[in-house]
Amino acid sequence: MHELGITENIIEIALKHAQGKKINRITLEIGQLSAILPDSIEFCFDACRLGTPLENTVLEMIEIPGLARCRRCGTEFAIAEPFGICECGSMDLAFIQGQELQIKELELEELCV
Amino acid sequence: MCVTCGCSEGAEVTLDYLGTKEDPAEHRHVLADGTVITHRHEHSETHDHHSPRDNAALHAQAHRTTLTLEQNLLAKNDQLAAQNRTWFQEQEILGLNLVSSPGSGKTTLLTRTIRDLQEQIPISVIEGDQATSNDAQRIRETGCNVVQINTGTGCHLEAAMIQKGLHELAPSPRSIVMIENVGNLVCPALFDLGEQAKVVILSVTEGEDKPMKYPHMFRASQVMILNKIDLLPYVEFDGDRCVEYALKVNPKLTIFQVSATTGEGLEDWYGWLKNTMRSLVKI
Repeated sequence: MHELGITENIIEIALKHAQGKKINRITLEIGQLSAILPDSIEFCFDACRLGTPLENTVLEMIEIPGLARCRRCGTEFAIAEPFGICECGSMDLAFIQGQELQIKELELEELCV
Repeated sequence: MCVTCGCSEGAEVTLDYLGTKEDPAEHRHVLADGTVITHRHEHSETHDHHSPRDNAALHAQAHRTTLTLEQNLLAKNDQLAAQNRTWFQEQEILGLNLVSSPGSGKTTLLTRTIRDLQEQIPISVIEGDQATSNDAQRIRETGCNVVQINTGTGCHLEAAMIQKGLHELAPSPRSIVMIENVGNLVCPALFDLGEQAKVVILSVTEGEDKPMKYPHMFRASQVMILNKIDLLPYVEFDGDRCVEYALKVNPKLTIFQVSATTGEGLEDWYGWLKNTMRSLVKI
């Protein structure tokens, strides 16, 4: 259940950067090869935000599909799991997309003076 | 690298409004430090922004600002892990992160390795478990230095725990620090501790398809030890297929097949430890 600790990180990072401003929305990017389940993050977020200024914050999650590049022949192809085999027979793959695990942005609301 | 502006990691956070430029409510502020904030007012279109009536009170409207972070959620752990890694390098210490399911024989392999090698290389241990210091006591019986970390409800060790553990342990330079992670093949794959290598241990009493079932861990590891091979005649475990699966997930994996009880195959593992140790020592 590493999603719990990761959700605590999300809240900590968001509150730090918001500097007291109201957070309307947190947008996450979660790669499909990242070993993180968006459903678990959502579940943990609902539990962790109680009693924090994030009770009305929308959690938006962008799931990024996996993309691999064969280190032997350079072919790029979609993968759903963190392993696979290229058309050329090689299994030596570099993941070029799908390992993201980040807060992309925050939408803040503040009074302009 | 930041996809918005091309800045590198660790660079200053920039504030951006990611809206359309035609938006009449959008405007820009330049702060004293040069930060440009572009955002919009959420108020009626009839409001004249620059009319003589405009004053601070009228202007006190809600703004929506989009703050672009692109911050890795594990950045804090990664930063501490990098500090640990630098410290290991400076001290010429080989730090290994031992990961497995519960019951793979990790502690038996560890005590055997310590007993067989302690005359040649000093070894100390950071022992991670959710509860009890049973494993630490088993390790201590070998005469080596050990620190027990109990993670409580936590399912993995994190770099900050290792930093504290190393402070307590005070390992000697040119030695090996074995970090025995919590028995779990999922979470420890994500948390870098600053080790030089992750060593994943699997035993023949488990399923041979574990590398496929827990691909993140086998991909994150540099070494796989297949333990308890003395039990192969008594279990249905296809060793060749297991190796095939492991290499499918991670073609660069170095694999040793051993029995920590009989000692079979351990010489190859010890050879790897000694060679890796040698490559760390600066001349």
